[in-house]
Amino acid sequence: MSKKIKLGVLFSGGKDSCYAAYLAKQDGYEICCLITIVSENEDSFMFHTPSINCVKKQADIMGIPLVFVETPGKKEKELLDLKKAIKIAIKKYKIKGIVTGAVESVYQSLRVQTICNDLKIECFNPLWKKNQVELLKELVKNKFEIIITGVAAYPLDVSWILRKIDNKFVLDVSRLAEKYKLNPAGEGGEFESLVLNCPLFKRKLRVIGFKTSGSGNAFRSEVMLG
Amino acid sequence: MKENILLINICKEKLHYLEFVKPICDILDSNKARYFVKSYKQVGKEDLKKCSKVIICGTSLYDNEFVKNIKKFKWIRNLDKPILGICGGMQIIGLLFRGSILKETEIGFYKETFGKEFLGLVGEVEVYHLHNNYIDFLKLKEFEIFCGDAIIQAVKHREKNIYGVLFHPEVRNKDLIIEFCSC
Repeated sequence: MSKKIKLGVLFSGGKDSCYAAYLAKQDGYEICCLITIVSENEDSFMFHTPSINCVKKQADIMGIPLVFVETPGKKEKELLDLKKAIKIAIKKYKIKGIVTGAVESVYQSLRVQTICNDLKIECFNPLWKKNQVELLKELVKNKFEIIITGVAAYPLDVSWILRKIDNKFVLDVSRLAEKYKLNPAGEGGEFESLVLNCPLFKRKLRVIGFKTSGSGNAFRSEVMLG
Repeated sequence: MKENILLINICKEKLHYLEFVKPICDILDSNKARYFVKSYKQVGKEDLKKCSKVIICGTSLYDNEFVKNIKKFKWIRNLDKPILGICGGMQIIGLLFRGSILKETEIGFYKETFGKEFLGLVGEVEVYHLHNNYIDFLKLKEFEIFCGDAIIQAVKHREKNIYGVLFHPEVRNKDLIIEFCSC
């Protein structure tokens, strides 16, 4: 059997990057580091922003080193910062490939593909084009405990903030997806999520505080974990 | 559909299956098409006998392992069943017919023009590219070119039902795969 290459995971702390990391691990790959870009731009097209600082606790609980890079979040400049972060991971952890949680976003995936191609490393998108309801069901089945930390689409409102992704959530969001043409797994930015527990974690994380802001159908919550 | 399609996985890395093969499985599932998946290293006479058509899936930008193992695909020249090669799969078909690999990177959405109808595509069509290489099909007289001037995007063998596309229809233009399954 051929030796598996070392991988870094582009990690936001949300369901997709966490599940992508889990799938890589399931396939026998060594995850040598997580890579997180913290964008000052709350409306970044590239990076997830609500509760992004929770990645430090998540990385700690997984026992995986974290490459944490901040960016002002200006449209194409943030890509240079992403490239910088991946270069750090290549140098420090000898990774030969990047794993992303891209499902539908060609905007994100083609930019990461281009950076990986420039740096001559592999790019893995194990959730690519996955049916979004199936994705949610698999997360529940695989015992991922996930909460919602941001919403940005009608008819989602503040009542969805901190809601758990469970079978009832999957049912509700599937109905809304049909009625309002939402992406059921939030792939169009309809909602953002945070993983509190999953098979990669050594223990469950608890929400010990949160601060929610927003109005109408756009809310975000900054969560503190313990 | 009453087909039994052989989907060939050419990915070197196990994790790439989910990105380059599984989306095609999902398209076939949603159209109730029967299929089975095999690694190119494990395709045998029985598989080629029991299938009705073959789809050779693509792989990642940096995966060219299939080029080193091109002999594993020599059955392509003799199989009298429809074959569709996607990206790396198209390159395999070209290599089997003595084509040569040229380098050109294209990543993302591009507009391409189909001069003639090709598996349901005609006129200007947006396609998704993910490749560093392509085959110089201009020199392969056995193939008719349906799209592309310099970088050939879509071809069909003049006498056999062998099709190749450089772009990824599992990302954009899923109907091309359905059309192939129905042809």
